[in-house]
Amino acid sequence: MQTIDMETTALRDLNATLQAQAETTNQTTWEITNPKGSHAIAVGLDAPIDVTVKGSTGYYCAGMNKQATITVDGSAGPGVAENMMSGKVVITGDASQYAGATGNGGTLVIKGNASSRCGISMKGIDIIVHGNVGHMSAFMAQSGNLVVCGDAGDALGDSIYEARLFVRGSVKSLGADCIEKEMRPEHLTLLTDLLERGGCDAKPEEFKRYGSARELYHFKIDNAY
Amino acid sequence: MNDENISAPRTMPIQSATFSQDTNAEIRRAAATGIYDIRGGGAKRKVPHFDDLLFLGASISRYPLEGYREACDTSVTLGTRFAKNPIQLDIPITIAGMSFGALSGAAKEALGRGATLAGTSTTTGDGGMTPEERGHSEKLVYQYLPSRYGMNPDDLRRADAIEIVVGQGAKPGGGGMLLGQKITDRVAGMRNLPKGIDQRSACRHPDWTGPDDLEIKILELREITGWKVPIYIKVGGSRPYFDTTLAVKAGADVVVLDGMQGGTAATQDVFIENVGMPILACIREAVRALEDLGMHREVQLIVSGGVRTGADVAICMALGADAVSIGTAALIALGDNDPKWEAEYQKLGTTAGAYDDWHEGNDPAGISTQNPELSARLDPVEGGRRLRNYLKVMTLEAQTIARACGKNKLHNLEPEDLCALTMEAAAMAKVPLAGTDWWPGKPGTAF
Ligand SMILES: Cc1cc2nc3c(=O)[nH]c(=O)nc-3n(C[C@H](O)[C@H](O)[C@H](O)COP(=O)(O)O)c2cc1C
Repeated sequence: MQTIDMETTALRDLNATLQAQAETTNQTTWEITNPKGSHAIAVGLDAPIDVTVKGSTGYYCAGMNKQATITVDGSAGPGVAENMMSGKVVITGDASQYAGATGNGGTLVIKGNASSRCGISMKGIDIIVHGNVGHMSAFMAQSGNLVVCGDAGDALGDSIYEARLFVRGSVKSLGADCIEKEMRPEHLTLLTDLLERGGCDAKPEEFKRYGSARELYHFKIDNAY
Repeated sequence: MNDENISAPRTMPIQSATFSQDTNAEIRRAAATGIYDIRGGGAKRKVPHFDDLLFLGASISRYPLEGYREACDTSVTLGTRFAKNPIQLDIPITIAGMSFGALSGAAKEALGRGATLAGTSTTTGDGGMTPEERGHSEKLVYQYLPSRYGMNPDDLRRADAIEIVVGQGAKPGGGGMLLGQKITDRVAGMRNLPKGIDQRSACRHPDWTGPDDLEIKILELREITGWKVPIYIKVGGSRPYFDTTLAVKAGADVVVLDGMQGGTAATQDVFIENVGMPILACIREAVRALEDLGMHREVQLIVSGGVRTGADVAICMALGADAVSIGTAALIALGDNDPKWEAEYQKLGTTAGAYDDWHEGNDPAGISTQNPELSARLDPVEGGRRLRNYLKVMTLEAQTIARACGKNKLHNLEPEDLCALTMEAAAMAKVPLAGTDWWPGKPGTAF
């Protein structure tokens, strides 16, 4: 295992080192110590490596990740795993706003709670939150899956497109064009897999599914107000 | 004798300036349909513009340079502040971001070809980077937009610069729309949305809100791209002094400022015509902000919104910009609104020069469309040649003016080379009203 201490290593050198790991690297396990809430830690990675950040991170940790598995042993600031393409990001604590924003792929697991706008504009990422999510989560969510084992705040799934939302607890309110939908067997299968990938022992049957009523898909007079 | 038979003088039918024909037609259209008008293009109303300024030329106190013989440098380097690889351009005229989706693949290719031949850059747009565009643009600026359609780290690293779009002059504070007719399989795939639906591009970025967040967002983008490429911030012309100040504080290498005449692919007409300021009112304020920060020429300023000629380019340089950007004019150079398609414009209920329903995807010139039959009308090689020619002419024109003002570099033009034809233009450009030494708001003078 390689250790990078942010007390003595600049952010630029840290990211340059991790970004330089090729597909075939044999240094597959990395530990980052003393992150102390720094921003943009482990961004733009593109190799199947394992990175553990020992402590909490600032904004945009794991931004645009491809392939790497990044664990934050602590809480993550705003925009964790934003625009992730593939790989896996795990937050053992809580995540701030915009977790997984615009993510195209990969899996984001938040073991604590996520704040507002979790999964905003998501485009294919799978997000599994063990706790609650804040207001405006999955706003304009295009595709992918958001699983919330706790409760969801106001305006869940506002202006949602084709993303699927699964919530176990209560939903304070649904946003425009987001409705509860029937949980069919294929959704239970999908959810079983998502929960397993998220390391959750919740039962798929305890969840409700939400998605788009597809009423806003065409710009017409009634949408104009 | 009957009174009525006497041809007494009568009042002429007088059209109201307030309730003009086009205003009334719009009221009737609204009454019939219940929906506002959506269109492409920029503000069509007349606003103070570059036409309201003149160059003074040389005289006894200044001497000119020889016509097309003495050197007059037109090159510019963008992104010298933080980027390892700033962008070097032969001419200070760049091609503005226009989305694939709004424009056809062939149109994007033509823009890339023309820009490359002319030694300048082109810019992606909403919807992501296409291979046509990357392949044919030697220097390509990749837009980072609120929608993040097609955004990915590989394209980010393939870009020669990144432009964070906060706003556009046509619609500061507005998002985008691309109507279902234009959402083909390819466009839908790039945007990760179902085919055929009307798409909304968000008006705000999803993962940052204020200038402090923006600074961190820029840090992230720089870390992902290894601090190699310049980062531009594009804003619409609304509060140019403050927006420029905040963009510089957030760490921009380049500020792109787009006035209200700037084109758009589609938005509400009420937005285009009523929100934002003319570019003429923005340039000096942005330059003042840069000067106050000691950053003029350190952070470069690109301006756009109604740039059409070499004279417009020269004026922007004289007012302190480092480069200009063109959208509408580039499309016209490719063949947009060409009278040769008049019969087809008539069928669409419009006329050459006025066609602006770009969002409907029926463009007779084959530019703002995804219809394969229509887009086949634009030959990207010929389009590229035309754009290159047009850029060349603009450059020669700007040099002509600069030499007449005694400048051996376009960027040496200065406000002292200008005068204004109207009070409004004098106030906005902060140059004297022609024949006076005064402009409204000139320091030390009373109004
Ligand atoms: C067809 C079309 C599409 C456009 N698409 C975008 C876009 O995707 N992103 C953006 O920032 N600006 C877009 N713009 C605005 C241009 O980048 C630019 O600001 C404007 O065209 C400059 O003004 P001009 O048209 O008067 O030259 C678009 C403009 C046009 C005409």
